[in-house]
Amino acid sequence: MTTSAAASVRWRLRQPSVIPGFGLTLGFSLAYLTLIILIPLAGLVWRSASLSGEEFFAILADERTIKALEVSFGTAFIAALVNVVFGVIVAWVIVRYEFPGRRIIDAVVDLPFALPTAVAGIALAALYAPNGWVGQVLNVFGIKAAFNPTGIVIALVFIGLPFVVRTVQPIMEEIDSEVEEAAATLGANRFQTIRRVLLPGLAPAILTGFALAFARGVGEYGSVIFIAGNIPYVSEIAPLLIVIRLEEFNYGAATAIATIMLALSFVMLLVINLIQAWSRRRYGYGA
Amino acid sequence: MAHSPRRLRSPTTEAPLARYALMTTAFLFLALFLLLPLAAVFIEAFRKGSGEFFAAFGDPDTLAAIRLTLLVAVIAVPLNLVFGVAAAWAIAKFEFKGKAFLTTLIDLPFSVSPVISGLVYVLLFGAGSVLGPWLKSYGIEILFAVPGIVLATIFVTFPFVARELIPLMQEQGTGDEEAALSLGASGWQTFWYVTLPNIKWGLLYGVLLCNARAMGEFGAVSVVSGHIRGLTNTMPLHVEILYNEYNFVAAFAVASLLAALALVTLVVKTALELHYGAEIAAGRKH
Repeated sequence: MTTSAAASVRWRLRQPSVIPGFGLTLGFSLAYLTLIILIPLAGLVWRSASLSGEEFFAILADERTIKALEVSFGTAFIAALVNVVFGVIVAWVIVRYEFPGRRIIDAVVDLPFALPTAVAGIALAALYAPNGWVGQVLNVFGIKAAFNPTGIVIALVFIGLPFVVRTVQPIMEEIDSEVEEAAATLGANRFQTIRRVLLPGLAPAILTGFALAFARGVGEYGSVIFIAGNIPYVSEIAPLLIVIRLEEFNYGAATAIATIMLALSFVMLLVINLIQAWSRRRYGYGA
Repeated sequence: MAHSPRRLRSPTTEAPLARYALMTTAFLFLALFLLLPLAAVFIEAFRKGSGEFFAAFGDPDTLAAIRLTLLVAVIAVPLNLVFGVAAAWAIAKFEFKGKAFLTTLIDLPFSVSPVISGLVYVLLFGAGSVLGPWLKSYGIEILFAVPGIVLATIFVTFPFVARELIPLMQEQGTGDEEAALSLGASGWQTFWYVTLPNIKWGLLYGVLLCNARAMGEFGAVSVVSGHIRGLTNTMPLHVEILYNEYNFVAAFAVASLLAALALVTLVVKTALELHYGAEIAAGRKH
């Protein structure tokens, strides 16, 4: 990169700065990114493009594929909804209330980020199985919470909770108490203040948290497979079907399912970015 | 909103009853979904006494799995550390075209299912690929061998250090570095003596999270590993094998080691946030 042509390209690429190392750090970053992330992902897309349209749609139209996608997206959606309700309550309790052990509770919320998914998976299976501590109690009420889609939802609630809490929490901390005081002064009762004043301001953060938990839930594998029961057409998630197709050396089917999941999660990513852009415009912050 | 005799209270808090209801709901929820599973790992591990627990670690396959997990982390974490510092330096210290796009690309692995993160390497190096057989003719095995496990781990832990450092270094600006350079420091000196001390806690924070994920990764590694006992089994994969063999005590014993790692990670993470909150930067919460 010593030629003047290369230098002039760089000058157009970036604004001048006295700080050295731009070429080295950006060059290394791009090379590493390309080798580790971009080429392998491009390989997936290329492989999927080499399937004919008919083959591709035949795989996706397969009853088992459709059911697996339904199970993955359906359970992730329900789990994200559960997490929105309880995640907002947990965040509220941590932000607003003083109680002994508050900091510990706050730290515990990150447990799903730190605990390996396989460990979470066998622990949840042991607890919620019909002979487990929680499963026995639920059995009395005739609820089966493991080895069916309910079990998948339980695992995804575990995995998704911190996404909602950690997205909503910082925004809650920034709420100006004057807004609440004004609402109270104007005669709103506490419930009205929460519903009409506080929640609308939190809505973008809650939506982002929902989307993050949902996106994570759709792709989750380790924590789910132990508690799901993995019954085809009933409690078989899409990532597991990819693994099964790979083990059958049916790379085409694995690739097609992966591609459709990838496409859907990029749509999710786009939606999250749009929510954040919208929220920045409307509320002056990005959730 | 009780209709019972009302006492004066702050208009910006909930009624005591509502407050207790919310707190109870939150605690029960966290207990049921987070604390109970964590406790279950240790209780199941010691169900048949500490003798059985420690016997699980006498198994050479278990020891091999622990060694492999450490080896993978020792390779993957430093590589992502170097990348994270380089990427954060380029993105935070300079203005250039396509910066936002690059930042998005760095976060990409977080939105890819772990299974797909493994699958991409199977397609790249597997039997039907161009690269795999070619490398094999030189005696280099990637798939169902340690290099594949390392690659898949690097993929899933790729963003951790970078996404900690980028907001932190952006917040710190370029003033300190410019001062050092104008006083005659070289680029490397500026980095070692000015930038690195400024970012060390944020860096440690990122490395901590990166390491936890590297040692605990299951889905991606499971796809590329081939599950060869004593050779390509990491600790999380070994947990699965033991569990599927109904060897629950051993499965939970190995799992408890991983859970202990998670607890240590959480404690160090909380301590870092407590003592160096400002030096870890705002953008850290996931």
